[in-house]
Amino acid sequence: MTPLLEIKDLNKSFGGVQATKNITLEVLEGEVHAIIGPNGAGKTTLIAQLSGGTQPDGGAILFKGQPITKLAAHQRARLGMARSFQITSLLMNMTVADNVALAAQAHEGHSFRFFRPARKFPHLRNAAQEALERVGLALRGDDVASALSHGERRQLEIAVALATKAEFLLLDEPMAGMGIEETGQMIELLRSLKGQKTMLLVEHDMDAVFALADRISVLVYGSIIATGTPEEIRSNDAVRAAYLGED
Amino acid sequence: MAGFSQAEMADRPGKTGRRIFSVLVLILLGVLPPFFMWIDEPFYMDLATRLVCLAIAAVSLNLILGYGGMVSFGHAVYIGIGAYCVGIPSYHATYGEWDLVATYNGFIHLGLAVFFSAFFAFIVGAICLRTRGVYFIMITMAFSQMMFFFLVSLEAYGGDDGLTIDVRSEFPLISLDDPIQLYLVCYISLILTVLLVRTIIHSRFGMVLRGGMDNEERMRMIGYNVYLFRLTAFVIAGAICGYAGALLGNFTTFISPEMIDWTRSGEMMFMVILGGAGSTIGPVMGAVIFIVMEIVIEEVLAIFSHDWGKFWHLPFGMLLILSVLFLPGGLVSLFNRKGREK
Repeated sequence: MTPLLEIKDLNKSFGGVQATKNITLEVLEGEVHAIIGPNGAGKTTLIAQLSGGTQPDGGAILFKGQPITKLAAHQRARLGMARSFQITSLLMNMTVADNVALAAQAHEGHSFRFFRPARKFPHLRNAAQEALERVGLALRGDDVASALSHGERRQLEIAVALATKAEFLLLDEPMAGMGIEETGQMIELLRSLKGQKTMLLVEHDMDAVFALADRISVLVYGSIIATGTPEEIRSNDAVRAAYLGED
Repeated sequence: MAGFSQAEMADRPGKTGRRIFSVLVLILLGVLPPFFMWIDEPFYMDLATRLVCLAIAAVSLNLILGYGGMVSFGHAVYIGIGAYCVGIPSYHATYGEWDLVATYNGFIHLGLAVFFSAFFAFIVGAICLRTRGVYFIMITMAFSQMMFFFLVSLEAYGGDDGLTIDVRSEFPLISLDDPIQLYLVCYISLILTVLLVRTIIHSRFGMVLRGGMDNEERMRMIGYNVYLFRLTAFVIAGAICGYAGALLGNFTTFISPEMIDWTRSGEMMFMVILGGAGSTIGPVMGAVIFIVMEIVIEEVLAIFSHDWGKFWHLPFGMLLILSVLFLPGGLVSLFNRKGREK
């Protein structure tokens, strides 16, 4: 398998703190790659650099073999990268269906059209409905996004990501703040996407990580101290000392 | 907007009630002024013409303020640009020089008004939209003040004192010298503007614009260059407002830098907020209430004492504060409440 995303020697400091230290990482096409690490390990900073929110000090990020380090967030999105947020980020005043339809429209382009109502494009509505069915929100399309429960909002985030037709999903703690039952549903949802989408999963919930990930990288103080299959990570002494031992 | 989300305001129940009301307001605006003319009260006719011109401007401001979240504190500048695009060509057509622009042709006047307003909006927007929040407010205001002082320095066109337009824009078949015809042109323009803005906000473009106001980061992460959409809306709003300015210039037959004073921009913002930002008819209602209140308060004060009329700002200001405090969704939100209870 070829790498879909390559991170080469990435560095980022804030003042005296080096949040990203020489990170080199490959996410293979079709795999679920999880990044775990204790609080303050630099996960958020890493995600921000991948999605285009923060510029690295040095190093390169390649997506489909193409350097994207200098691209703005919306340009990366157009190449086929979608991200979900640790703190839910949706169009709260718009309907659930509009949230997803706008993502489908972003993928299709042609947004500088001023006359025909956006809701009168059946294929956008259908694409939205399809994505909503996929995540189990088929009946909530006409509700305003702010009326959804926390768990439903996280599902909607996934639907939005799916509607952009991105092949690569950057998932920033998709289980954050969820109850046990909701977490279970989310794991099932992500598992159903395995093989179709490449995912980089940053997650605190170890059960979720070990249930989903093909490979895991462990981030501690800005560096990757180990990468391997869940079994390898579980039995890695350095990882145990740095991280798993705490649990 | 105090619990009234945009989607609800645009697409939820309460919609029919509001639609009926919108149509009613527009019909009244259409029949009342000619009625005033008929009963020989031209003062009210004048009032209505000014009101309708300002309503067009307010509707255009609402496109960026209510649907794009851009609080532009310099929107009156386009009124001035539009009016000067009538005054200057007309002046040269009368007194010579500058043959290139000297004309009474109304289509050229309107064309120039729309073109220069759009152009100025493009320059201002391209710079201002790099900033956020208070900075955006201040820098849009700074640009309008720049234009203000530029017009003051235009000695040839009266500078500070302004310039009287001797000949109005000329069109085939209609004459703007006739108050009723002028009014109808403005009135039809208002209806078309409301329909245009309504169409835009429901279009693919409009959804992106509204999404960008709701959550800019989310829109960027699904692949939209929010800046470009905002800039486009900013230019459209400027162009429409320039058109309103050209009409207003034809009505007042007088242009002066005072038209774009920052207090004028403030008034326009008030019309939008008073009526209800994020509703296409809201700013029209805001303009109606604003202009009518101005007159009513002045008249009422004058009953008590002859000198009091000039203090109309004080009670008027208090009313505006009260309306913002107790009706944060604007006057149109009054019509949402009943419908919202399913």
